[in-house]
Amino acid sequence: MINSILFVVLALLALSSAITAVLAKNLVTSILAAGFVSLLASVIYLLLSAPDVAMTEAAIGSGLSTIIFFYVLNKVRRSGRHD
Amino acid sequence: MIKKIFAFLLLIALAGVFLVVLQNYETPEELNLTAAYYAEHGAEEVGAANLVSAIVVTYRGLDTLGEVTILFLTASILSFFLKQREERGKRSVRASSELLRTASAVLVPFIFLLGAYVFINGHLSPGGGFQGGAIIASGLVLLLLTDPLRKVSSRLLARVESASGFIYVGLGIAGIFLAGGFLDSRVLPAGTFGTLLSAGLLPILYILIGLKVGTELSGLLTRFQEVQVPDGGDSPDLKKGENV
Repeated sequence: MINSILFVVLALLALSSAITAVLAKNLVTSILAAGFVSLLASVIYLLLSAPDVAMTEAAIGSGLSTIIFFYVLNKVRRSGRHD
Repeated sequence: MIKKIFAFLLLIALAGVFLVVLQNYETPEELNLTAAYYAEHGAEEVGAANLVSAIVVTYRGLDTLGEVTILFLTASILSFFLKQREERGKRSVRASSELLRTASAVLVPFIFLLGAYVFINGHLSPGGGFQGGAIIASGLVLLLLTDPLRKVSSRLLARVESASGFIYVGLGIAGIFLAGGFLDSRVLPAGTFGTLLSAGLLPILYILIGLKVGTELSGLLTRFQEVQVPDGGDSPDLKKGENV
């Protein structure tokens, strides 16, 4: 029972941050929201007793891809200012 | 306008497909044939306490090799396109806060250790090569956040990566001659169930996969970090651009 309530709360949070990621005007907010979706998804995987997948999602989805997005954003901004 | 209507229709169609899938879904009461075989014979055939690892590395070893190859291809394509600039050291950055520096000095060794633990114990506890490698690379993220100008030796990364990939495939081929087939873990004796030195070749393969994935992801990050240098540093206002 508690598990399913937690599941619903996490799913709603993940949905709302996914919508934030799409609609946010600021790209930094979008990137952070997308990383947060992955973090919530990894907790959901853990609740569904798939710790292996949860580990991968937490490390790659919310850690590495977020930092790569930031690197790319930084690079794109710099080259944009040259024009 | 037409574009928006089209996107909306596409979304509705997708929602319809998912609705049908959801309505037809019923929780299976028993394992299907393949899963039942793995659950029954996995422990005695492979000798790994973590059945997921047994499936990923042994029964589905070829898939794992494919995944590692895809990751390798991605890393090589990236390093081909992100050419390193000649003008180095012209980028000035804000010094990181003391909190970040101290925290990363304390945490990074433990993160690396956790990554190594995860892939060494891949056959006993949840996790394995991919997860351990990703954890090691996220330790490197923390290092790079603290000191964005830090130089990571890409030669060392490349050497470790190619050596582990080579040994991985070599051990896989050894399985053809010494055991049942390509990537068969029964080259070495199974050992005692549940101890560190068990499940034959599986821990060694997982360590190699962990090293390969970790160095590949780290190399990828380093590539991205290297191209953050502004072009030649020609205009002074560019040097002080925020670095996120």
